[in-house]
Amino acid sequence: MAEPLLKVNNIEVIYDHVILVLKGVSLEVPEGGIVALLGANGAGKSTTLKSISNLLRAERGDVTKGTIELNGKTVHNLTANDLVRQGCVQVMEGRHCFEHLTIEENLLTGAYTRGRVNAAVKADLQMVYDYFPRLYERRKSQAGYTSGGEQQMCAIGRALMARPKIILLDEPSMGLAPQLVEQIFEIVKKLNKEEGVSFLLAEQNTSVALKYADYGYILENGRVVMDGDAESLANNEDVKEFYLGVSQQGRKNFREVKHYKRRKRWL
Amino acid sequence: MEALNALFVTPFVEIFDAPWFFMEVLTGGLMAGVMYSLVALGFVLIFKASGVFNFAQGVMVLFAALNFVGLMDAGVPMILAGIITIAIMVAVAFAIERFVLRPLVNQEHIILFMATIGVAYFLEGVGEMIWGTDVRPLNVGIPDDVFFVGDAMIQQSDLFAAVVAGFLVVVLALFFHYTRTGRALRAVADDHQAALSIGIPLNHIWVIVWSVAGFVALVTGIMWGSKLGVQFSLSVIALKALPVLILGGFTSIPGAIVGGLIIGAGEKVAEVYWGGFFGGAIEEWFAYILALAFLFFRPQGLFGEKIIERV
Ligand SMILES: Nc1ncnc2c1ncn2[C@@H]1O[C@H](COP(=O)(O)OP(=O)(O)O)[C@@H](O)[C@H]1O
Ligand SMILES: [Mg+2]
Repeated sequence: MAEPLLKVNNIEVIYDHVILVLKGVSLEVPEGGIVALLGANGAGKSTTLKSISNLLRAERGDVTKGTIELNGKTVHNLTANDLVRQGCVQVMEGRHCFEHLTIEENLLTGAYTRGRVNAAVKADLQMVYDYFPRLYERRKSQAGYTSGGEQQMCAIGRALMARPKIILLDEPSMGLAPQLVEQIFEIVKKLNKEEGVSFLLAEQNTSVALKYADYGYILENGRVVMDGDAESLANNEDVKEFYLGVSQQGRKNFREVKHYKRRKRWL
Repeated sequence: MEALNALFVTPFVEIFDAPWFFMEVLTGGLMAGVMYSLVALGFVLIFKASGVFNFAQGVMVLFAALNFVGLMDAGVPMILAGIITIAIMVAVAFAIERFVLRPLVNQEHIILFMATIGVAYFLEGVGEMIWGTDVRPLNVGIPDDVFFVGDAMIQQSDLFAAVVAGFLVVVLALFFHYTRTGRALRAVADDHQAALSIGIPLNHIWVIVWSVAGFVALVTGIMWGSKLGVQFSLSVIALKALPVLILGGFTSIPGAIVGGLIIGAGEKVAEVYWGGFFGGAIEEWFAYILALAFLFFRPQGLFGEKIIERV
């Protein structure tokens, strides 16, 4: 099997020198894959993503054990800036758009590591607008005045502007209406297929995440308690009971919805 | 009754009796205000980009002016002295990033603020050590004749300062809005975590913004030094920037400018027309009272960035 794009090997993370949050987390994201990192609030999903993107240090967290490899190279000592240059960008939980910048300015700052705004950057701006027509309509508005869904699109589009190989996407569904969540995941899937961007996405919304991911890991209390391909996780009795919260009857509905969406996607 | 008269009637009568004199007082005040604006501008730049309340801004004005006038006194041509001073201010920016901001990143704001007090004393000490404490006259060839508009006498040097300040603000505004670096600066000001996440290196941004503030300090120092001579009290006058900031908002460049003008004009007019009633010297405290009063009505300042409240 080919070397995975991202390989997290048994990492331990400590905040403020004392608070042990991750107790040996391992996971892999293959080139071109969508991998879901599932778990309840406080399980350590965001911490895992931040250890990969090296945003942890800014929050007084530290990876004290284990290794993280991107393309076979250790990235533990890089700055967030280096990591973006190497093709790994995080979209933080809560979107974090630059409120006082317009949508277009937000997108352009995403290309900061690529230097001057040249033809390639402009072409990518157009690409982002093609994937998110809504952003094109709102390009002159200050991001702070756009809706939650638009901000999520803006945050993903901004990450795309760095031309990443992999995007670490933290809770894209948070606070959005179900329909909008589906819409955003559809675009994620499309970006994955058409642009070849891999995704590691942290989600509490297990059902929707498993619907779009190829593979999933379930995190509890800073440990991976289960992993498997999306299909088998979605059918696992424990997952159904604890994370999907569906009864026998509910499950039927869930599968119907799933098939319906699938048909729609390929049309 | 007498008091009310002196407060609410006599001053206005005087203003209407001698409108040209009032114009003269007003323009004099506005021009002094330009100087406050420039100092406040330096504060705003740094506050926006790094959230640091830079107590050392006033001393940076003094330090830049000292180096500039010192070099000129040593026989260095003016342009070269300017270039060397800019280089020094950039070096100061690098040093501050490396030895103050970087080790203290993620600390409380108050700790960073205290660190800038340290920077202020350090710069003042170094300036004094190298260049001594004498008042040095500075002449960079700013015209210093007077001319008349109607019957109001106006200093050419004041007008010159206003033009330079205006030009500086326009250049900065263009820089912030239309360059990649300017955009990154505003992004960092908005959300430094998000800026980190898309690969904007905060350290570079801090060096740039402190350098720009150093450059603004040099311009301010030259203008002010030409008027009053380069002396250590410059750093104290610079404290007037605080009421200007309260008035204009800590994050607004136009606010810094307009705030400076209001404070400058307000205190001159108050001094001339109401000073007698209070026994003189109200120029010293008028700005602070004005700022306090303002705080009640608009805590985010005149042009403070609207706090966008939306999820
Ligand atoms: N900066 C921090 N300092 C200390 N503890 C933290 C910090 N960030 C997160 N934690 C703790 O780490 C645990 C995991 O948090 P997080 O990774 O945000 O979980 P999730 O994203 O799965 O909701 C939580 O118990 C949280 O309280
Ligand atoms: Mg989280």
